Order: sequence, then C-alpha cells, then structure tokens
Amino acid sequence: MSEREIVFENVSKFYGEVLGVNRVSLTIPAGITSLVGPNGSGKTTLMNLMTGLLRPTQGRINVLGVTPNQPDVLFRFVGYCTQYDSFPRGMTGYQFVYSYLRLHGKPDKESAEMAWHALERVKLTDAAHRKIAAYSKGMRQRIKLAQALSHCPLVLVLDEPLNGLDPLVRAETIALFRALAEEGQHVIISSHILHEVDAISDQVILLSSGYVVAEGQIHGVRTEVEDHPMQILIRCSKPAHLASRIFDLDTVVEARVHNDGKGLLVRTREPERFYLMLNRLVVDGVDLESVAPADDDVHSVYEYLIGPDGGSI
Amino acid sequence: MTPHPWSLWRAQIAAILRIEIKKTLLARRGLWIYLLAFAPAVLFWIHAGLNLRHGRICDLGRDSLVFAAMFQFFYLRLAIFFGCVGVFMNLFRGEMLEKSLHYYLLSPVRREVLLAGKYLAGVIATAAIFCSGTALALAALLVHVPRSAAEQYLFAAGGLSHVFAYVGTAALACVGYGGVFLLMSFLFRNPVVPAALVLVWESMNPFLPSLLKKFSVIFYLQSLCPVPAQLKGDFSFLAIVAQPTPAYLAVPGLLLVTFAGLLLAARKVRRLEINYGTE
Repeated sequence: MSEREIVFENVSKFYGEVLGVNRVSLTIPAGITSLVGPNGSGKTTLMNLMTGLLRPTQGRINVLGVTPNQPDVLFRFVGYCTQYDSFPRGMTGYQFVYSYLRLHGKPDKESAEMAWHALERVKLTDAAHRKIAAYSKGMRQRIKLAQALSHCPLVLVLDEPLNGLDPLVRAETIALFRALAEEGQHVIISSHILHEVDAISDQVILLSSGYVVAEGQIHGVRTEVEDHPMQILIRCSKPAHLASRIFDLDTVVEARVHNDGKGLLVRTREPERFYLMLNRLVVDGVDLESVAPADDDVHSVYEYLIGPDGGSI
Repeated sequence: MTPHPWSLWRAQIAAILRIEIKKTLLARRGLWIYLLAFAPAVLFWIHAGLNLRHGRICDLGRDSLVFAAMFQFFYLRLAIFFGCVGVFMNLFRGEMLEKSLHYYLLSPVRREVLLAGKYLAGVIATAAIFCSGTALALAALLVHVPRSAAEQYLFAAGGLSHVFAYVGTAALACVGYGGVFLLMSFLFRNPVVPAALVLVWESMNPFLPSLLKKFSVIFYLQSLCPVPAQLKGDFSFLAIVAQPTPAYLAVPGLLLVTFAGLLLAARKVRRLEINYGTE
C-alpha cells in the first residue's frame, strides 16, 4: 500500500438503504485535488470516509499508509476543515485552536505558539480572543481552517473551504492552498465554485449520485469526453475568412464566428490534428492572436458529464 | 520523538478535562442540576436559621435520621440520579445533537482515551457539585446544635466518619450512575427512555431478591450509608431485607459494575460515526 498517496479500493458507503458512495476506487497523489459534484453526490461522504468519521460499508481506504480507523495516528498528519458549522460551547477562536493542539498532547508553550501561527495564516489574530459564537460566517470558516492547519498536516481535507470568505481572503486562501501543494502536501478540496476549482486544481474528481464519473487532470478528463467535440477559440482579425478555409478540414464538426465578431469558435473531435492543420491554413492577411481550448475546464466537463442541472451548482 | 503512550494519554486526558469540566460546570442549561444538588442544603440551612433565630435546640440524633432518609431517598435516588442523567447522557449524545463532537474526533486521540477523559470530567464535575451539596447540608445539621454536642457527635460518636461516608457515597454515586448513563447514551437516542428504565430498576431494588439487588447501583450505595433509612408505607412489607454489603465489597462491587459499563461504552465509541443528519 502506497505511503505517498490516498487510496480508495472499491469503497461503498450506505446509510441504511441510502447510497452514500458506491464502488469508489481512487488514487489521490500530492497536490490540489478537487471533489466536484452536485449536492448529495458524495463529496462529504468521501471526505468523512477518508478521515474516519464514517466507516465504509465495504472496501478499504488508506491515507499515506494509515487506515482511517487509527485516529491517534491519522490525525498527526491529517487536518480536516469540515462543513459543520458548530463549535464547542463558549470557546474563543484562540482557545479553539489551542485546545485542539493540546489534544495532540503538545505542551502549553508549543501549543500557544502553533495556535498563534495558525491564526496569523488565516488573518484572525485580531479576533483571536473573541467568542466564536460572535464570529461572522467568514471568520468561522477561517477559524476552522486555522484548526485544520495548526499542526502542519501532510494531508489537508477541506470541505467547501471558500464558503463565506470575502474576495480578498478568498484569494489569499487559494494562494495558501497553492503554497501547501507546492510543498508536496495533499490538499483535497470540495467546492461548488467551478471557476475557482479550475484555477487551483491539479486534478479533479467528478462525482454524481455517489459514483465517480471522472478523475484525473482536467485536460485528460476533457479529452476522454468523446461525445462532445472539443471547442477551440481562435482569436484572429478575419474570422469569417478563416472559417471558410476551416470548413474544408475533415476534423472540424462545426465552425462559427464568435459573438463578438473577433474570433472563431471551432468544434473538433481531433484537436491535436486540427492544431497541426491550422498552421498550414493561416493565410496572408489573417492575424492570429491566440488559439486556445474553450471548454477544457471543470465547468464544461461538469456540464458534459453531469449535466447543466446537476444539483445546485 | 513520540512520547510514551501513557504520558501522551495523560496529557490528552488533561486537555479533555480542561475543556469538559469548564463546559459542564458553567453550562447555563445545567442550572437545574445545581438546584437539585443544593436544594436539601438550602432547606437544612433554613431549618437551622429558623431554629437559631428562635433559640430552639434540635435533637441531633433525630436530625441525622432525617438527613439519612433525605440522602437515601431523595439525594441518591433522585438528585444525583437525574444530575448524572443530565451530565453523562450529554457527554457524547449532547455533542452529537449540537454537531460539535467532530472537534474531538478530528484530533489524534484514541477513542477510548476520549471516553475516559469525558467520563472523568463528568465524574469530577458531578462529584464536585453533589459532594458540596452533601457537605453543606451536613454543615447545616451541625450549625444549630450546641457546639459541645456537635463536637461530641463529630469526634466521639463517629460523626466525622459519617460525614466522610456521606460525601464519599455521593462521589461513588456519581461514579456508578455516570458509568451507567454514559453507556446508555450509546444505546439510546432519547435520554428519557434509559433514565426511566434505570429509575424503575433502581426503585424496585428493595423488592428484588438478594441476587438481583446486586445488579444495581443503589444497592451498593445504600450499603455505604452510615445511618440506615427504612422504607415506610403501604408496600414496605414487600421489601426484601438483604444484609448490607460491607464497604470493602460494596466499593469494589460498584467500581466493577461501572468498569463493565465503561468497557461496553468503549466498544461502542470505537465504532462511533459522525452522522449528524440522523441524530
């Protein structure tokens, strides 16, 4: 069993007769992995299984060589920012993080230092001694993040971590995730905000109704969606002229001038071949500004695989 | 360097105690437990105050019988009983309802260590409340009799050992009922059901055959009370009188019953899942 990856082997979880996730087999390497899917698709179930808050009905889970039913070992290197918005009664933000570190068995001074460090990372030092009950939604989100980060875990599991954050903190938090991933950590995020998922993820896991629909790097996932030809946006000076030439190519399914009149939207089943042919097609008088995939993102893949009405996204 | 498990567990239990004791003692919703615990003391102090005011002298012997009856029929069977229902049923179940239990379950604490820490916190908090209530009521008993009579009772007639016995019995009641209700909190979602079941079982104790009596908490606790209180009333003839168990058997017996309950609770807590939606 790999000690550098998170592995799900044929994992199913049923709540009585209700399906949570079914026959999930996954390998999650280091970096940022996003779990994407509509409400009830099994994202939180997968995270709870990974952290031992739930036990699989069948199958095996292994987090860097440790099974989740060993919390005393697992949570030395795993931090989990849950979606649950409840806190132990009467605690201040500082006490919340400090007490968590004391539960790790860390001495007073070390716990205090680490707690302040974590609070600094989420920019919550000013409100550290205020009761969590008086925190705003965004502050509560940040204090949960501070708790999850406080012991410098190798695996960070974050259930909707960007919910309630204002744009500035959101950008800083994303930068923090990026930095952690670059340090070689596993950052597993569930999110509803697809353009953010797209911007930060190294790989995605698409879930629908408890099943893994697709997994891997988003480009790889997109190329596997054969039912929907790849869309390529060509920014150029004379799109109509270029369109007339492109129609001759047998790899092109559709070509239409972009709504703004400054580009051409092409649909092709063989993007690599199309790129090669495009070089030969560029004719005098057509200034080519850019050529880029137009639906090589999480949003498009999500729409193709799960559908535009997939839950609340 | 990884610390030795015992020292790690000790540190983790200390961390749990710091959170839990404060939470239990300062909870606004636990005010009724203080009321139960200190109501007898308040009554005894009012009684003492009225007698002192009117210059009346009480019969300490009679008062101690009144105290014994109050302690066994109200304090042990109702006040400590329901106080422990309120505290121990909420240690895990209450946190599940408040959706805050994951705070502990996301830390590197063995579930059994968490159970031990929470149980100890419950015992310390309830024992502090109910032992104080017992001691205050006993103090009221002695404050309105002549000083010489009080000294005579305490130091010559074994009164001091009675004080220790009552306070110790109150603490043991918290230990015993605590273990029972902690286990019950894993078996039942609604605390009313187990509380009613245990209350009926404990209330039936005087009428049970000697062997069955031993499977209750109250049997051991009554054996430890220094002054016996007799059951009176229409059905008292049904009571089966069993020889009181000596303290050297009653205390280990009670601890054994508690330990068995905690072992079963430990099995349950190992399999505990966070599924707030179904609570």
